[in-house]
Amino acid sequence: MAGGNPAGPSFKRKNAMSVDTATVARIASLARIKVTEEEIAAMVPELNGILAWVEQLGEVNVEGIAPMTAVIPNKQRLREDIVNADPLTGGDVQDKVLSNAPAGEHGFFGVPKVIE
Amino acid sequence: MTDLTDLGVAAIREGVAKGEFTAVEVAGAFNAAVAAAQPALNAFITLTPEKALEAAAAVDADRAGGKALGKMAGVPIGMKDLFATTGTTTTAASNILGNFVPPYESTVSQKLWDAGAGMLGKLNLDQFAMGSSNETSAFGNVISPWRREGSDAQLAPGGSSGGSSAAVSARIAPAATGTDTGGSIRQPAAFTGISGIKPTYGRCSRWGIVAFASSLDQAGPMARDVRDCAIMLEAMAGFDPKDSTSLDMPVPEWEANLNADLRGKKVGIPREYRMDGMDADVARVWDEGIAWLKDAGAEIVDINLAHTKYALPAYYIIAPAEASSNLARYDGVRYGLRDLPQGAGLQDMYAATRAAGFGAEVKRRIMIGTYVLSAGFYDAYYTQAQKVRTLISRDFMDAFQTVDVILAPTAPTAAFGLGEMVSDPLAMYLNDVFAVPASLAGLPAMSVPAGLDRQGLPLGLQLIGRPFDEQGVLDAGLAIESRAGFTARPAKWW
Amino acid sequence: MSDYRIQGATGEWEVVIGLEVHAQISTQAKLFSGAATAFGAEPNTQVSLVDAAMPGMLPVPNMECIRQAVRTGLAINAQINKWSRFDRKNYFYADLPQGYQISQLYHPIVGEGAIEVQLDDKNPESTKTIGIERIHVEQDAGKLMHDQHPTMSYVDLNRSGVALMEIVSRPDMRSPAEAGAYLSKLRTILRYVGSCDGNMDQGSMRADVNVSVRKPGEPFGTRTETKNVNSVRFVMAVVEQEAKRQVAVLEDGGKIVQETRLYDPDRNETRSMRSKEDAHDYRYFPDPDLLPVELDDAFLEECRASLPELPDAKRHRYESVLGLSAYNAGVLTAEVETSRWFEALLAESAAKQGKPESEVAKQAANWLTSELFGALNKLGKGLAESPVSPEAGGELLALVGKGTISGSAAKQVLEKMLETGDAPGVIVEREGLTQTSDTGAIEAAVDAVLAANADKVEQYKGGKEALFGFFVGQTMKAMQGKGNPGLVNEVLKAKLG
Ligand SMILES: [Mg+2]
Ligand SMILES: [Zn+2]
Repeated sequence: MAGGNPAGPSFKRKNAMSVDTATVARIASLARIKVTEEEIAAMVPELNGILAWVEQLGEVNVEGIAPMTAVIPNKQRLREDIVNADPLTGGDVQDKVLSNAPAGEHGFFGVPKVIE
Repeated sequence: MTDLTDLGVAAIREGVAKGEFTAVEVAGAFNAAVAAAQPALNAFITLTPEKALEAAAAVDADRAGGKALGKMAGVPIGMKDLFATTGTTTTAASNILGNFVPPYESTVSQKLWDAGAGMLGKLNLDQFAMGSSNETSAFGNVISPWRREGSDAQLAPGGSSGGSSAAVSARIAPAATGTDTGGSIRQPAAFTGISGIKPTYGRCSRWGIVAFASSLDQAGPMARDVRDCAIMLEAMAGFDPKDSTSLDMPVPEWEANLNADLRGKKVGIPREYRMDGMDADVARVWDEGIAWLKDAGAEIVDINLAHTKYALPAYYIIAPAEASSNLARYDGVRYGLRDLPQGAGLQDMYAATRAAGFGAEVKRRIMIGTYVLSAGFYDAYYTQAQKVRTLISRDFMDAFQTVDVILAPTAPTAAFGLGEMVSDPLAMYLNDVFAVPASLAGLPAMSVPAGLDRQGLPLGLQLIGRPFDEQGVLDAGLAIESRAGFTARPAKWW
Repeated sequence: MSDYRIQGATGEWEVVIGLEVHAQISTQAKLFSGAATAFGAEPNTQVSLVDAAMPGMLPVPNMECIRQAVRTGLAINAQINKWSRFDRKNYFYADLPQGYQISQLYHPIVGEGAIEVQLDDKNPESTKTIGIERIHVEQDAGKLMHDQHPTMSYVDLNRSGVALMEIVSRPDMRSPAEAGAYLSKLRTILRYVGSCDGNMDQGSMRADVNVSVRKPGEPFGTRTETKNVNSVRFVMAVVEQEAKRQVAVLEDGGKIVQETRLYDPDRNETRSMRSKEDAHDYRYFPDPDLLPVELDDAFLEECRASLPELPDAKRHRYESVLGLSAYNAGVLTAEVETSRWFEALLAESAAKQGKPESEVAKQAANWLTSELFGALNKLGKGLAESPVSPEAGGELLALVGKGTISGSAAKQVLEKMLETGDAPGVIVEREGLTQTSDTGAIEAAVDAVLAANADKVEQYKGGKEALFGFFVGQTMKAMQGKGNPGLVNEVLKAKLG
């Protein structure tokens, strides 16, 4: 059962390699996740397996089909321009905003010095 | 006196209201059961017995004062640790939020407290709700209370709401909250022989729930039976102006309107869900479900959901894409873990923090999501997946021209063993093959326990309804529940 | 239109400029949260849990932001998109709590429009149309402070989530002057509409300046983007410096790198911002926390109806209906406050004289642009701080118009008004500046002057007509400056035959 393939033969994985170590390193950097070379090496086949599998979506004829925007038909509501109308989404809560800060000082969030 | 932990939501509420027992007694009984089971099941990340007692005392006082009691009055519940709870650590089962104490309460949990429920604790889950087995939690696996006949191998309670399913099925909580992004209420419910419903996308506010994939995430109840789910969903649902995707509609009286008589209703059986090599027990239970619904008066209709096989790959583009962006806020600046190596700059701090704070599955999904959104790939992956999603949704809408509700298995297998799937992420993903299509279409869907497989493990049946028709789903669920006679429960080994 | 050219060693170069202007939308609350937007608050006080991107927090758009973007779009005759939506622009920075900026890439709320700029105040023919590609609505970022701690930067999220309009021009400008004129005109329009206060020194408006150079007639060259330039003067300087730099690089055989640059006003040069270089893969996708924004006709109609008369229309009306000079019409409409002040003055003056506005407009315009502006200029004050109100100014103009005081007396009265803040009527009374329109008194004075200067009368009659001014002067002197000059003229003409 484990590793079984309930969805049938169409889910068979291709051996297409679409990402290499350099790509994985670039993606990790873009996602700001530090990775070791071993981790990259392990991720390459994993990601390729998943990517090869999702590539079957390419078979679907989507001509004239709009990408989904709202899963349940619904329109964007707009709120009134009122300050602190709902205290849960209003300001003047500096203590709450800073209460979990790893380096909250003098009302600020501290981060390592940024050189611009 | 009966063991109070044998009671579900409706029974507790009724007993408290009638004065058969006090809410404090109920809370005490469940607190004790939780404490006793915690070392073995690891269903909770944080225990809050005092919160349960405090809420119970308030209900007892209200009752003594002759005040009206809420829908969940006196019912202590487990809260999935994805819902922000004021003053109580909220971790999403991740180290990156390991020390996060929200100064705010999620809309759904607040509604439950307002309805008189109390909190037993924060339930374990797959990290950031990403997983189908509860093996991605930073706080250890949840162990299912179920075991295969003649085996003491540890089984998965399903995921991501695995702490919820374990707690309810072990009778250490009468009910629990869950969230469902691609099956995370239904699959664990099926694995543990309980009921769970994911309502129409937008019924429950997402405000204050740690986001996984915004266009899919929905909260819902997990409980022992259909009626309890209806009661609890009424308490959880409702319009919230703080959530742009919240449905501005009144909450129906689902419990009062429960009706298992399906005469005049049509039930669709999607032929695409009957896949080659389907587990024989799953196929058998599905056939039994068809017979039960017929017996309840429904007409059975074969339907086509032509794009079913593309649902899972579409989901594994859309959900990681949204997650990669939703999880960008965990950067060590404003809350949560900060890993600041000696001499590190800002961007190094981000990378170190996120490397240390996120688990392997979360990283994997962030990587996939980042990749499919990156320059040159966006249209091929994300836009294509969202188009396919439109087609999947359209398939359902076409079917609902004819049928009122759809019946399918919840999961392709019964619970698998812990560790059996972890080495193959793709095999794990495939376990959500039946659950994901309804998620992509935002439809209300429920799992009810229907029988046991040859190893004595529960199997669930899934009911999928039209948008906003939770009632139709609950009614069909009740029709199955009343015929399946599912009374099995895990033998207490903990 | 423009013939601005950079003279290089290899010949003439043309500069091509496009501006992306970020304008803070004037609202009380932020784009997606209820926190306040006011300038200058204590750090992290105007920050909600939503703005701090706490887990599970969700955005709900502020209608006023949408409304002001639509009104701005209508003011530049742009296409308004009744269906728009928000996208996420993903990147990591300490001033960006969500790890993405909610913006609009694929479906902005405002599409193509245009602005007409006049390059030379005095020359109505020097107009040019600058195309606008789009206006989208997006969140502002927070602020980083680098000089408060030896090893840390401090983050203040007060600005985080404040609503901005990004107004993207076409690459239609060809000189520093055009870029400057475009930005000034855009600012004028925004302030008329009321969608942005235009306070560039508070950061309410700032421009990303896209510059490239080419040999005239050749295709566009590679552009650079100089970020966050916060004055008209600096924008013009950036264009000039960047164009020169690019020409130098190209003529040296080098290549222009498409990059982000920063302007250093102290050294008047731009420099590369390498720190942001690797952030270019923004992974835009529709924000799944938000739904498409759908606007109906009633909403658009309400936006349209709420628009004030805009600068171009006003300027045209000042010329054609009020009969003002092109120059005065330009000056009086350049700032919405000036036009408001002028219109109040005009209404006051017309009412007090019982005349239609068109009859007293020139007088009012001339007085405002030369007398009052001149006087305020000497005091180092702007119109907003003027000690003279439009009501007082209107009263003064009416005193002149009705002949109560002379034009020269009016100058004295204005001086006193600025000094004391007293009403003109009070000053005229106190200083005894009322002019005499009593024909009897004037005739008597004229008779005395003519009698005392019989010789000059002879010469005048003999053809030396220039002496007329002498008689006027003598009469006015005799009357201590209070004779109504018109009447003095009339009487003299009659008596001298
Ligand atoms: Mg820009
Ligand atoms: Zn922008």
